[in-house]
Amino acid sequence: MKTYFLFLALMLGLHTSASAKVNVVATTPDLGAIIEAVGGTDVEVTCLARGTEDPHFVDARPSFIRLLNKTELLVEGGADLEIGWLPPLVNNARNARILPGASGRFVAAENLALMEVPTGKLDRSQGDVHPYGNPHYLLDPELACQVADALATRLSRLDPERVGNYRKRAESFVTTLRKKNTLWKKRLTPYCGTRVVTYHKSFDYFLKAFGLELAGTVEPKPGVEPSAAHLKSLVAGMKTGGVRLVIAEPNRPARICQRVAREGDARLLRLPLLVGGATGCDDYFGLMEHNVAAIERALR
Amino acid sequence: MNRYSLSFLTAGLSLGAPLSLLRAEVSAGQTKPETRQETPSTLTLARSGASYLNLSLITDVAAGASTERDAGTVQMGGHDPAQRGFTVQGAELVLEGYVDNYFRAMSNIVYGLNTHGESYLELEEVYVETLALPNGLQLKAGHYFTEFGRINAQHPHSWDFVDAPLVSARFLGPDGLRNPGARLSWLVPTPFYSEFYVGVQNSAGETAHSFRGVAEGEGGHDHGHDHHGMDPYGRPAVETGVHGIGDLLYTARYAASVDLTDTQTFLAGLSGAWGPNATGDGARTQLYGVDLFWKWKPASHNKGFPFVSFQTEMLFRGYTAARAELEHGEGEHMHIHVLPRETVWDWGAYAQASYGFKEGWVASLRADYVAPLERGSYEGLLHGARDESRAIRWRVSPALTWYPTEFSRIRLQYNYDHGNGGVAGFRDAHSVWLQIEFLLGSHGAHKF
Repeated sequence: MKTYFLFLALMLGLHTSASAKVNVVATTPDLGAIIEAVGGTDVEVTCLARGTEDPHFVDARPSFIRLLNKTELLVEGGADLEIGWLPPLVNNARNARILPGASGRFVAAENLALMEVPTGKLDRSQGDVHPYGNPHYLLDPELACQVADALATRLSRLDPERVGNYRKRAESFVTTLRKKNTLWKKRLTPYCGTRVVTYHKSFDYFLKAFGLELAGTVEPKPGVEPSAAHLKSLVAGMKTGGVRLVIAEPNRPARICQRVAREGDARLLRLPLLVGGATGCDDYFGLMEHNVAAIERALR
Repeated sequence: MNRYSLSFLTAGLSLGAPLSLLRAEVSAGQTKPETRQETPSTLTLARSGASYLNLSLITDVAAGASTERDAGTVQMGGHDPAQRGFTVQGAELVLEGYVDNYFRAMSNIVYGLNTHGESYLELEEVYVETLALPNGLQLKAGHYFTEFGRINAQHPHSWDFVDAPLVSARFLGPDGLRNPGARLSWLVPTPFYSEFYVGVQNSAGETAHSFRGVAEGEGGHDHGHDHHGMDPYGRPAVETGVHGIGDLLYTARYAASVDLTDTQTFLAGLSGAWGPNATGDGARTQLYGVDLFWKWKPASHNKGFPFVSFQTEMLFRGYTAARAELEHGEGEHMHIHVLPRETVWDWGAYAQASYGFKEGWVASLRADYVAPLERGSYEGLLHGARDESRAIRWRVSPALTWYPTEFSRIRLQYNYDHGNGGVAGFRDAHSVWLQIEFLLGSHGAHKF
């Protein structure tokens, strides 16, 4: 009976005492890093996926159900990034606050202008194309700014007493990031138009943001492992098209990546997709700085 | 028709919205644009940004051969490949979605072809589940797979092998233990994940195999040789009704999981099921099981590969058969055998390991064992022989699986079935099965 009243109290919103931190769960560490930046000491953030993981294929560990049961805010990338593992976890979490559409469920992709939203008829012969667009948008600093801003709004709604803190931190994050972004863009300006091959379509936003051009992918279609025939035509195209870089996340098969780079006369760069994906990439600025510097070094 | 509703209509067309929705939009366009907000009253299939119903069809077809002429005597599962040549193991139509803000529902309807080429339809599951009861509680009601051990609650397309383990088919039934009922689960507030389930289900029907289930007649799909048919434990099957709440099937399970390291997860469970059986009034069956699952996946992986997993389940069945009087012979030679009330125990286990050694490729190995723990007095009295449906059996199965994408799968499996001198109705058998599985429709998510 006591616990029942406790639940009623929770329902009435008596749970947000002034000192308590907002309990937030982020699906990926890049989202986690942005929440840390916006929430600071007012939030307690746990990330489900690790930075070295393929974010499409995370195991739905039962321990995640425990985390989701207690959380006040679930932040996901959306655009089907987590569709293979998040829905059953949420369904089993018995937490009304994080159900789809609830105030404790934040889908970062919402209200962003995503790239590659399919316009024609979509079917799976084209590979696992995400119907809402390419979900790897956080590598564009401008979109990361928009996510930070929207997160501040959401945190303010959940924790109105600390609106000022969230606003201030978000503004400072956005200002710093825009300043850095200008510098990053300047550093990569000399290499504008460089043709690049990536493994998966995971760096499209990054390439677009910094003026590099995607010439092809090692995967023939999203989510499909390459065949010998595809690699042959890719390599031939790389030579004639003057592709200088092959970019692949560290978790992609080394042999295939090395072969493509060698036979296509290009340089192989292993770049992390997520915060925590390589040493020095402990926050969002670190991740972007790491990737920009690596490209600068490779093309110099 | 104004411009606004026209653009909405074309958007609907390009996304393949069903006719019902289009009709609603057309009529809305003819009246006032405001009415377009109306909720469609009929089922609306998935369109961009809305998912009232997730729809998919998962089909398994197998081809293969066995040295045993009637492969159905070796393969015990209801959806196992069961004959030389081709077997349609089943086409599962899965309908799933949020009912409203309180419930989520799932329905799994299986279409199949039996070995006689006759089509059958099976309501495998249809249930509703609460989304957010307080205190970590969740209620489920409908017709569902009992959460007993690990394999039983999974659909065959989630298994690592083309067929059911021997112990599941023998104790939980060729089609698994499932029946109409209700269950409550509680997410126990321990620092690690742990969940406690209690349930009550009907104890009759062919999917309550070790309980009041009696073997089905003609027209159903093929089941292995191993299920107790007309004569469970040497006694005629008695059709008993539900007279009180004691005649229902009661189930319980406790599962707990810890992340051993950043890359290793361990899940263990204890299950029990108690209910009346088909040998007469007051005769009851008890089932107990323990299950373990361990998985390693490195911190850096591509599409979930590589990985190593290990899974094992051990089950015990105590079957209390009622006292029975059996007439033998005719006229003057007629005599009566009296079978005493007796409790007979059986056990079985399987252990399997899978190694995802390269993107899309998995090598697996499974060992199966089932055996009686004691001999029933009915076995000596009746034939001087052992009960085939409780005979010792063991099987070793290596398998190789290739996933071209997440949506299709090709699996090659070899089974060595030890015949044990023919006590289970067959000699040593070698079987090879090649299976293709394909998924049409919405993206499936995987539970751990």
